[in-house]
Amino acid sequence: MLKNRIIPCLDVKNGRVVKGINFVDLKDAGDPVEQASIYDKGGADEICFLDITASNENRNTIIDVVNKTAEKCFVPLTVGGGIRTIENIRDLLLAGADKVSINTAAVKDINFIKEAAQKFGTQCMVVAVDAKKVSDGKWEIFTHGGREKTGIDAVEFSKKAEAYGAGEILLTSIDKDGTKTGYDLELLNIITNSISVPVIASGGAGNLEHLYDAIKTGGASAVLAASIFHYGEFTIKETKEYLKSKNVPVRL
Amino acid sequence: MLLTVVDYGVGNLRSIAKSIEKANFDNNLNYLVKVSSDVNDVKKSDKIVLPGQGSFKACKKGIDNIKGLQQELNESIIVKKKPIYGICAGMQLFATTGHEEEKTKGLNWIPGEVIKLDVTSSKLKIPHMGWNELKVENNSKVFEDGMNNNHAYFIHSYEFIPENKKAISITTNYGKDVIAAVSLGNIFGSQFHPEKSQSTGLKILTNFLKI
Repeated sequence: MLKNRIIPCLDVKNGRVVKGINFVDLKDAGDPVEQASIYDKGGADEICFLDITASNENRNTIIDVVNKTAEKCFVPLTVGGGIRTIENIRDLLLAGADKVSINTAAVKDINFIKEAAQKFGTQCMVVAVDAKKVSDGKWEIFTHGGREKTGIDAVEFSKKAEAYGAGEILLTSIDKDGTKTGYDLELLNIITNSISVPVIASGGAGNLEHLYDAIKTGGASAVLAASIFHYGEFTIKETKEYLKSKNVPVRL
Repeated sequence: MLLTVVDYGVGNLRSIAKSIEKANFDNNLNYLVKVSSDVNDVKKSDKIVLPGQGSFKACKKGIDNIKGLQQELNESIIVKKKPIYGICAGMQLFATTGHEEEKTKGLNWIPGEVIKLDVTSSKLKIPHMGWNELKVENNSKVFEDGMNNNHAYFIHSYEFIPENKKAISITTNYGKDVIAAVSLGNIFGSQFHPEKSQSTGLKILTNFLKI
């Protein structure tokens, strides 16, 4: 039976982790390679790096991080943040990333997904959908960290992304992100029922029950979380044991 | 000893090379792992790994684009019987025919067809993506009984169905039994990614190195 995936996400800025893991045995809390390695050993099903480097000059630092991570981690690695060109994707995949997560570039021109999927395969194309509720039962896509409104309907966009070659949708609720009050289950539900590719739930995880709800009620294939893992509130193993006790299929 | 990971323009070759290097190092073996598109490296190799990503058609085109590669692969695998491991679409290429995008001739080392994964009867997502359990059907030098119930990482929408059912080493359940690994003589391959399957994957690669 296919297992639901638990994906810790690390925010990386200029080659350093911003929201670091609060573990005692860390030599360097800012080193993404070391943190990814801990998650790999701890049983994470995939690892995600979100590159929030502001300037283009520092883009190569994430390549270096991915390069080093590929030597130590033997689970799939997804990298997102600032990917604009086919060249950006190629560089990351050659460095050892398995998937890339595309956000703004896909919203600007969905043909970018098509072109990239034809070159590299749909299996490595994750389209990141950042959605915000605008009225009852209606969500819109926002870009630039939730600051810019696009007027694009989140459900329609997700369907289009699938049709253009997204292998997976990384769905973040802007309303819920950082609140630790749980994922937006209504949004998750509507998207998972509208498309046939897997959906990764993101934004709002504050406890283990939230992860359970995203999978059971929201229909998510995978759950992504940052802070609940980083600050040592829960280990990946505890998370999986909890989910298993509630009959969610997980890899233990 | 030389192991060549064939670079024909597809796949995450660095992850594959790194995982083989780790299996090599951890077991005190003496392989040099080379990622190469040079037909001469394939010729000199003791073992070959054939990666694959994207469609069957695109992968076959990648092989065809390197002059003399298919002939050398045939010589190495069929005549000289060098061990080969195909990963994902690289394994699918062992088939007679692929049906992704359009009907495409494969390498025909393990007669069979590559067809769209048929799970329409249930509410399962396509691609089949993530960690799934292995069920050993016929053990081989690479895929052994001890791997029963281990997890491996899958990401695919097409499935290789070999004519000879004895060639099926491992299946996994996704709405039905889906073929996960094959072995036929010196030819081995898996639909899942050993380089992304942690300890199980490293064990499989170690077994392949130790043949």
